[in-house]
Amino acid sequence: MSQPPFLEFRNVSKSFGEIRAVDGVSLGIKRGEFFSLLGPSGCGKTTLLRLVAGFEMPDQGRVLLDGQDLTHLPPNRRKVNTIFQSYALFPHLTVRENIAFGPRTARRPKQEIADDVEKMLRLTQMEPYADQKPEQLSGGQKQRVAIARALINKPDVLLLDEPLAALDLKLRQRMLVELDQIHDQAGITFLYVTHDQGEAMSLSDRIAVMNAGRIEQVGSPSEIYEGPKSTFVAAFIGDTNFLKGKVVQLPQPGESVLEIEGFSPVRCSINGRRQVGEDVHVSIRPEKFQITNEQPSPDEGCNLASGTVEDVIYVGSHTRFRVRIGKSRLTILQQQTRFLHDDRPIRANEKVWVRWHWQDGFVVEG
Amino acid sequence: MQLVLARLRGRKLRARQIETRMRSKDRHRLHEWLVSLPSLGWLTVFFLFPSLIVFAIAFKPSNPFGGIDPGWTLDTIRSLVNPAYLPIIWRTLWLSFMTTLVCILLATPTGYYIARSEPGRQRLLLLAVIVPFWTSFLIRIFAWKVILHPDGAVKRALVFLHLLSPDTSLLYSSGAVLLVMIYTFLPFAILPIYAAAERFDFRLVEAARDLGASPLGAFLRIFLPGVRRGMVTAILVVFIPALGSYVIPDLVGGPGGEMIGNKIAQRTFVDRNLPHASALSACLMLAVLVPLLLVLMQQTQKRSQGKANET
Repeated sequence: MSQPPFLEFRNVSKSFGEIRAVDGVSLGIKRGEFFSLLGPSGCGKTTLLRLVAGFEMPDQGRVLLDGQDLTHLPPNRRKVNTIFQSYALFPHLTVRENIAFGPRTARRPKQEIADDVEKMLRLTQMEPYADQKPEQLSGGQKQRVAIARALINKPDVLLLDEPLAALDLKLRQRMLVELDQIHDQAGITFLYVTHDQGEAMSLSDRIAVMNAGRIEQVGSPSEIYEGPKSTFVAAFIGDTNFLKGKVVQLPQPGESVLEIEGFSPVRCSINGRRQVGEDVHVSIRPEKFQITNEQPSPDEGCNLASGTVEDVIYVGSHTRFRVRIGKSRLTILQQQTRFLHDDRPIRANEKVWVRWHWQDGFVVEG
Repeated sequence: MQLVLARLRGRKLRARQIETRMRSKDRHRLHEWLVSLPSLGWLTVFFLFPSLIVFAIAFKPSNPFGGIDPGWTLDTIRSLVNPAYLPIIWRTLWLSFMTTLVCILLATPTGYYIARSEPGRQRLLLLAVIVPFWTSFLIRIFAWKVILHPDGAVKRALVFLHLLSPDTSLLYSSGAVLLVMIYTFLPFAILPIYAAAERFDFRLVEAARDLGASPLGAFLRIFLPGVRRGMVTAILVVFIPALGSYVIPDLVGGPGGEMIGNKIAQRTFVDRNLPHASALSACLMLAVLVPLLLVLMQQTQKRSQGKANET
């Protein structure tokens, strides 16, 4: 990393009673980045966010923002603002008063506040509702007010705690686009907490996948999807097939040959130090396979295996096959594209050939 | 022609719709009446009638034997305009107001604190608020007489610390009345405020802090408006009974701590002048009812306005 991180966690830990919610997290987030913390509920992602907001104090470690130590500052002294999952709009104030809360607290000049509030109302298209109370608004409108109320303070970092979780699917997709636009316009660093991999993948510049208080992997959405480092990441982000095998050869860095029951030797990409003879798992995404009912010609870069189709499930845009090879069972997704399937369709209990590029198989930890 | 017919039919249809809607509304209203009939009956027999009787007696002539004579008179009402009452009315209002103020000032942070405590501790604290009710009200006031007694430990300690001269009395003053009234009414203020605080969404306080408010700022600007209903209830359940206090000033007040309640009792039991006592009671009742009705009317108006805005 060339420039120092804008928001930084240095070996941060936080426990609640017996539970280690955040366990030795170190992480750097760049200025202007859309960064997501992704993980199942209880993985510590919200606690990490609350440590930045100042609602929790870490037991250990430090939180730095733009080189300044935030660790022990109270929430009102931090240049960060939060969008809460429940929106937390003040029920006794109108939309306008809600948005003006921050600048009024900062005792900015009245006229300036009024102008800024109007600007935010326009930006979020909430002008017609300016004098209504939150209880009269729909979920999406509340969401917009929450965004306006936070952005008007021009925070260094905007913290978003599962902001779309309470919305229905259609609205969620629309707000997704809006959030993306707001991030582009405002140029503010976003720290986004979600358990929804789809949200994280489509919005983020980078994602940290969390599990049990620790960060499993940090990377761009494609890095994480295409190259999961652990079984947890591979399983949590999208669907995948895990095969159990043993390393038999390490021909060059990043490449390995595995022995997997029912397969001829399988070439796989590999990260980190491994030894010949080690038991490992390999992860291969369902859509990375090609499935045919005629034996394909051998290909230098591909692994080839043959097995029996157990069932075929048509899901519209795709067809899902389950193929048994030796003791393993693979889930394979094939797109419904006519030029891929000009031959006769594959049926259950048929013998098939399955092939995939060796770089689409990843040796993962655990 | 057909168009006109269709339009007519449409109008008829709409009329029928409105009619059925009205009918269901009527039925709904009837249902409401039936449900509230028992409590309405109770209030009529045990609250409305006695109050009316009290009002009526105020316009009856008194007789020297403690009864009332037939006929009607305005003499009693006229006799109320008596400068001797002014200090007592003033004291009653002042003591009730101060009691309410101090109770709210103490009860609001207490309610906040209890609502923010963890569940186990919350139960314990609530129990501590309610526990005094297990002892008779009278006994608790007599306990205060012991505490404030000229030979009591409190007085001696204060004299020892030179905070009090040996010849001032802690008992039998309006100060003693105020102290014991605050003590008596405090739980009634804590409970409704706690109930409101318990329902309050404390994430709003976090949101306020996040937007730059200090802890005190968040408390004043977000928490207080959030529990205002509880506070209004607390004000009513403290101020109204405080106005009618009788036992407390009677036991710890002395002549300098008399309130209107004592005067009413005196007129009833000592002077045996029922019309006069009734007239005083009626004044007290009006003093309570009129502001209360105004508040209620304003609230229902606001509520119906809110409903109108929603649609």
